Amino acid sequence: MKLEVNIGGVIMKNPVATASGTFGFGMEYTGLVDLNRLGALVVKGTTLRPRSGNPAPRICETPAGVLNAIGLENPGVEAVVEKYLPSLKDYDVPVIINIAGDTVEEYAALAARLDGCAGVAGLEVNISCPNVKRGGMLFGSDPDSAAEVIREVRAATRLPVIAKLSPNVTSIVAVAESVARAGADAVSLINTLLGMAIDIKSRRPVLGNIMGGLSGPAVRPVAVRAVWQVYRAVSIPIMGMGGITSASDALQFIMAGASAVAVGTANFVNPGATAEVLEGIESYMAENNISDISQLVGAAHRLS
Amino acid sequence: MEVIPGHRVMGLEAPELAMAAAPGQFLHVRCSDSLDPLLRRPISVYSADRERGTVYILYRIAGKGTELLSRVRKGELVDVMGPLGSGYTLPKKGEGVAVLGGGVGIAPLCFLLAEIKKLYGPEKVSVFLGAANYTAIPAVDQVRDMGFAVHIATDDGSGGFKGNVVQLADEVLGGSYPERVYACGPLPMLKGLARRLGDHPAAEVSMEEHMACGVGACLSCICRLRADGEEPRYAHVCKDGPVFRLKELELLD
Repeated sequence: MKLEVNIGGVIMKNPVATASGTFGFGMEYTGLVDLNRLGALVVKGTTLRPRSGNPAPRICETPAGVLNAIGLENPGVEAVVEKYLPSLKDYDVPVIINIAGDTVEEYAALAARLDGCAGVAGLEVNISCPNVKRGGMLFGSDPDSAAEVIREVRAATRLPVIAKLSPNVTSIVAVAESVARAGADAVSLINTLLGMAIDIKSRRPVLGNIMGGLSGPAVRPVAVRAVWQVYRAVSIPIMGMGGITSASDALQFIMAGASAVAVGTANFVNPGATAEVLEGIESYMAENNISDISQLVGAAHRLS
Repeated sequence: MEVIPGHRVMGLEAPELAMAAAPGQFLHVRCSDSLDPLLRRPISVYSADRERGTVYILYRIAGKGTELLSRVRKGELVDVMGPLGSGYTLPKKGEGVAVLGGGVGIAPLCFLLAEIKKLYGPEKVSVFLGAANYTAIPAVDQVRDMGFAVHIATDDGSGGFKGNVVQLADEVLGGSYPERVYACGPLPMLKGLARRLGDHPAAEVSMEEHMACGVGACLSCICRLRADGEEPRYAHVCKDGPVFRLKELELLD
């Protein structure tokens, strides 16, 4: 059974990754998850300088979902290179660094800094974080500014470049086409949906940042739709994510056109979720005489 | 088992947890298999019976998750992660101890008191428990039965001192706190303690915050630390806590 997939130059031994922001820098989960079993480890959004993040409360549970406004708390790229990457070097898993900047120049500087760093398999370019005042989703909301970021990142690194797209746009297809033309090797979608909740006792927004990003099973149909649309429009591979908790969820993304999937919020509920998703995909393939996972990628399109 | 209205104690047959758990640590409990509520609930360890391999949690039914948890019947399986977080620093021999608990915040303190009793006996310990009214204080009898001197404060005066536990402790101790102070309770109580005892060298409090992962990955459950500069400094309740030294926290702003 062939499970290996190639996401724009990142060779994953199976199609199941962790979604950025839900798995820290990997080490948080070493007692609970065998990192060697992961197809890829996508780490927390990393910025040029350390960031302390947004004030509390940072999360709010919603029906079958979670609103979060962490605000890209991270130790900065130097600490990631010096402290976190070395601790991951003994694991047999490609590490994808999610990078986020306030300006195009910051994205380019991050890409240049990580180029040639031992232990980095690729970059996921976060042009879709809804929880920061500058940068983030602002770039991903417009096809031209998204392309500008990707072009500069592309020019600054030899690493595979994966553009992480926002669903908070009129046409995710237009953004995907634009970043593909700008040199992205793959796209990952979706980031969280912009949302908010209000505490009716205090009559105030629940989150310290007022608005946050919605994730979890509640967003899955939106994500599957986005993958379906983008698959029809671009030829670069897609990493699909958004509310995956089980193999059947993951298979929906794969059949919609994702070559790989990432498990996010489900890690919080069930740290074994990535392993269960992988085992379920293997069982499905065995039961349906599928010898290569690529046979399933986009399968739903071929019937329509 | 209901201990007082709206508060339950649940025993979990989990020998490894019972052996490993330390006072102040918590379990991350999946309240049901459903997707709503989605997240686990962090609940302090209330006691651990190492011989029988049973660990107990005490919780207040505060919403959908704990409501579903309260419907779990004897013999059913419950999915828990733990023990998680850092616990209280136990006192050294001969040190005086004050313990302040508000409402269901008594839960981790009961476990702490049981450990202190085992080590040194109950003599050098003063316990202050409070809530809005007398019937909202769980486990008073359990603490008394361990042999501790228990002082009660209620907001409405329905039991003991009329006021909060910090005022009560101030009065009973005559403003002179012992070497070790341990507290857990609602934020207004911890703020009161911070105003009164913010620079105590060893006072420890247990913090509560909404959590997702429970292991330091999602960075949701923050509390503010005291900082010199403009930039706020945060710690993560699940991993850096839930027990913190009071003097390190920024509870008043």
